Amino acid sequence: MQHATPRRAPSKVYSSATAALADLTSGIRLMSGGFGLCGIPENSIDALATMPIDNLTVISNNVGNSGRGLAKLLQRRQIRHAICTYVGGNPDLEQQILQGEITVELVPQGTFSERIRAAGLGIRAFYTPTGVGTVVAEGKEVRMFDKPCVLELPLEADVAIIKAQRGDTYGNVWFQEAARNFSPLMAMAARTTIVEVEELVPLGAIPAEDVHLPGIFVQRIYQGSHYRNEIEILKVQGITP
Amino acid sequence: MMTPWNKEEMLSHIIDMFHPGCSVNLGIGLPTAILDVLDQRQRLLPDEEPLDIFIQSENGVLGVAGRPTPDTASATLINAGKETISIRAGASFFDSALSFGMIRGGHIDFCILGGMEVDADGSLANWIVPGQKITGMGGAMDLVHGARHVVVVMTHFTKSGDAKLKARCTLPLTGMHCVHTVVTDMGIFVPGDGRFRIKQLAPGVTLADLNIPIDLLVRED
Repeated sequence: MQHATPRRAPSKVYSSATAALADLTSGIRLMSGGFGLCGIPENSIDALATMPIDNLTVISNNVGNSGRGLAKLLQRRQIRHAICTYVGGNPDLEQQILQGEITVELVPQGTFSERIRAAGLGIRAFYTPTGVGTVVAEGKEVRMFDKPCVLELPLEADVAIIKAQRGDTYGNVWFQEAARNFSPLMAMAARTTIVEVEELVPLGAIPAEDVHLPGIFVQRIYQGSHYRNEIEILKVQGITP
Repeated sequence: MMTPWNKEEMLSHIIDMFHPGCSVNLGIGLPTAILDVLDQRQRLLPDEEPLDIFIQSENGVLGVAGRPTPDTASATLINAGKETISIRAGASFFDSALSFGMIRGGHIDFCILGGMEVDADGSLANWIVPGQKITGMGGAMDLVHGARHVVVVMTHFTKSGDAKLKARCTLPLTGMHCVHTVVTDMGIFVPGDGRFRIKQLAPGVTLADLNIPIDLLVRED
């Protein structure tokens, strides 16, 4: 068999957030990376806030902060259910919980991370000491090892939206400083992972030993713009306790 | 006359527990102020070598070094309280699953947390008060399992004057049988087997001042 042109894989590169997110629908399970406002997918969130979709189940550590990040989707009543670890400092979320407009499942952060990791890596369940003797263990199997442990199940999603400093056209990703947090785990746990980067670079520009998330876990990538990269709480030297 | 420790003195007692090369996770709130105490010492005694420890932050940093300058503060360099930090030579970054694995896996020497109640079996309540605003447990339930030494730092009394050291926690638990040491403004206590062993009391403090049933107390100071 002869091939007239070199065989190339279909491109993962999209021109914009709008293009990369165009086929997302109401009711999906959506993971969003970031810790507080650190490493959140700003462009994808902004795009979602202009789309006519709602009834989302959002899996994210904080679900936004004071009107920023995913709180934009809260304000537009696009989220029906949230799975997260911390809801403090998020008045939109607190108000919607009180008014019964949204349901929230609180998960201990280490269990949250590990359940997402398990989903992406084919682990069907795991036992952890976290939560034994607390509300988290209610209704779950508890088994005695060297100490009692709770059985926890994977946490997967239809779509993950992720932000990174640098990514190449195959979807290999490099995160800046502490912006990695949940993002590589969520990228592995979602059927479609959409990455936005500040710098879209050619193949080979990220040295292989510096790839934090291999491109096999990334289905779509685009170059974002106008990043705010807000500092949530500025603390500098010389402030006494 | 008794002179309870102030916050800086409470934190200094915790810093005294650290050995060179140890790894420490600092919980949100009062424990994180250890960074500021260390910063302040460095400014007061600039010629003294800084304490050689590796501070872990569960959002994915090992080697937190205190506060940045206004010029070096970075939106992507924060601690678990979402405050800007700086890092020391030898620091590393990693994802949240590795970070909590580091904790649960027993690789962290000290975990310092705030508390609402600690009981005589070493159970901790610090994440929710029924009927009050919910904030979520964050990483607290994971942090109490696995660190070699779990230290709770809190004021000794509630606003109504009850001791936060109790026979049994009355608030929903963060973790069962997980606390090794409690540091309050009144003293240092080791809970376990239905007792609080008293390691040290603040100057002038007597057993009666603690407002803890006397049969729960064992003097070892």
